[in-house]
Amino acid sequence: MTSDEALVAYTLRLADNALVLSQRMLETVAAEPELEEELAHANFALDFIGQARMLYTQAGELEGQGRSEDDLAFMRDENEFRNLLLLEQPNGHFGDALVRQFLFEAFYLHLLEALTRCTDEGLSAIAVRALKEVQYHFRHSSQWMIRLGDGTELSHARVQASLNNAWRYTGEMFVADEIDLAIQENHGGPDLASIQKLWRRDVEKTVAEATLTLPDDEWMASGGKQGQHSEHFGFLIAEMQYLQRSFPGATW
Amino acid sequence: MYTQGLDQAGKEQREVAETADMLAAFQARIDAEEKIEAKDWMPEAYRRTLIRQISQHAHSEIIGMQPEGNWLTRAPSLKRKAILLAKVQDEAGHGLYLYSAAETLGVSRDQLVGDLLSGKAKYSSIFNYPTLSWADIGAVGWLVDGAAIMNQIPLCRCSYGPYARAMVRVCKEESFHQRQGFEIMLTLCRGTDEQKAMAQDALSRWWWPSLMMFGPNDSESKHSAQSMAWKIKRFTNDELRQKFVDVTVQQAEYLGISVPDKDLRFDESSGHHTFGEIDWQEFMDVIAGNGPCNKQRLEKRQAAHDDGAWVREAAQAYASKQAALAAA
Repeated sequence: MTSDEALVAYTLRLADNALVLSQRMLETVAAEPELEEELAHANFALDFIGQARMLYTQAGELEGQGRSEDDLAFMRDENEFRNLLLLEQPNGHFGDALVRQFLFEAFYLHLLEALTRCTDEGLSAIAVRALKEVQYHFRHSSQWMIRLGDGTELSHARVQASLNNAWRYTGEMFVADEIDLAIQENHGGPDLASIQKLWRRDVEKTVAEATLTLPDDEWMASGGKQGQHSEHFGFLIAEMQYLQRSFPGATW
Repeated sequence: MYTQGLDQAGKEQREVAETADMLAAFQARIDAEEKIEAKDWMPEAYRRTLIRQISQHAHSEIIGMQPEGNWLTRAPSLKRKAILLAKVQDEAGHGLYLYSAAETLGVSRDQLVGDLLSGKAKYSSIFNYPTLSWADIGAVGWLVDGAAIMNQIPLCRCSYGPYARAMVRVCKEESFHQRQGFEIMLTLCRGTDEQKAMAQDALSRWWWPSLMMFGPNDSESKHSAQSMAWKIKRFTNDELRQKFVDVTVQQAEYLGISVPDKDLRFDESSGHHTFGEIDWQEFMDVIAGNGPCNKQRLEKRQAAHDDGAWVREAAQAYASKQAALAAA
C-alpha cells in the first residue's frame, strides 16, 4: 500500500464513521424525549453529515478516479465500508444511543485534535472544523451521561446496562493497523495508544461523575475497520442506498 | 423548562368581567392596528381563539416532522439528506417558538401536548397523508409549504404581537423550504422518464389535500368572521386558496406536469383560475381522524412521549439533586 493509498483509505474510514453514525441518528428524528433534544439531535446529525461530505469529497479527489461524495456513500457495498462497529449498532433506547455517542465522541475528539496537526493540509483543515463541532457534541453527551447516571434508579440501571453492552465495541478504536500506522508515520497522524489514554481519562471522569461503574475490559469485538460488519449493517446500507441503486445514473 | 406557573396568571385574568366598554376599547385598539401584547387585557374568546390556532399550528409542525422524516434515511444524495434534515429541524424549531407564543396566553406546553396526544387538539389535515416516494418530499415542500406560506404571511401582521413576531421567522424559513421543494420537483421533471412519472404521481396525490389546507369554504367556516374582525386573520379561506391555485398552476406548467383537475381553466375575465369542487367528505373524514395516517401519526408521537418519560424524569431528578446541593 502506497502512502497515498493509505491516506485515501484513512480518509474514507473517517467519512464512513461520520456517515454511518448520522444515518443511525436519523432513525430517531421525531422520536426524541423532548423538543429541545430534537433540535440538538438534528444539529449533531447535520454536523456528521457535513463532515462525511467533506471527507468523501477529499477522499475522492485524493483517489483521482472521479468518484464523487455520492458515489462513495451510495455505490459502495457493505464490505467496502470501514466504519467502527460501535457506530452501526442499533439505536436501542435513549440511553443506548447516548452511550454509543459518548464513547465515540470521547475518542473522536482526541483523534480530530491530533489530526489538526497532521501534515496533510486537506485533512487537517477538515479536522479543525469538525473538532469545533465535536467539542460541543461531547459536552452535550457527557452532560446527559451524568443526568441519566445520577438521575433516577431506573435511569442509572438503564444507562449502566447500555455502557456494559457497548463496551465491547470500544477496543477496535485503538487497534492500529497498517493504515493507521502509515498515517502516523508518513503524515504526522495520531498515535492511537496516546489517544486511548486521553479517551480513558475523559470517560472515567464522566462515568465517575455519573455515579456509574466502568466496565471491565473483557473480550472486544473488531472487524469494522477491515469491512467485516455486524448483521445489522446490511440493512442500514440497503435502506440508505436504495434510490441510487434502483435508478442508476439518475440525478437527484 | 416548562412554564406551568403561567396557568395561574391566566386564571386570574379570566376572573375579570368583560364589560361592553372593555370590549369596545379592545376592538378600537385592534382597528387602530395596535399590537396586543401578552400582559394586555384581552377578551376571553380572543385568548381562546389564539390558543387554539397557535397550538394547532405548533402541533402541525411537530406532526409534520413525521412524513418528511420518513425519507431522511433514504434521501438520494448526501446534499438532499442534509437539506431535508435541516428542514425537519426547522419544523421542530417552529414548534418550539409557537408553543412559547401560546404559553404567553396562559397555557403550558405540557397541557397543549396533552391535548394533542388525547386527540382533543387538531393539527393540519395534510400531515395525515403518506409520503410514498422521494418526489413526495418535493411535493410537500412545493405544495404544502407553499400553501402554508399563503396562510402564514398575513399572520406576520396578526393583531397578537408574540404570534406575529414568531411568524416572521417561521415564514422566512418556510419560504426556503418551498423553494427547495420546487427544486426537487424541477430536478425530477428534468430527469429520467421514471423520475418525471414519480413527480407526476406526487402532484396527483398531494394537489387536492393541499387545497384542503385552507379549510372549509367561507360560507362554512365557523371561526372566520370573528377572526377577521380581530385581525387574527386578514384574508378568508377562499381568497387564500384562490391565490395558491393561481400561483401553483403556473408552476406546474413550468414543470411540465398536470394538475389533476379536469375542471381547471383560466378565466380571462377575472384573471383567475377556476377549479373543481374539493371532496369535502374526504376533508371531514381526515379531520375526524379517518385519514390514511391519523392513527399512525398520533401513535408515533405518543410512543415517543412515553419512551422518553424515564429520560425526562431522570433529568428532573438530577436537576432537583443539584438544586438541593446548591442550597445546602
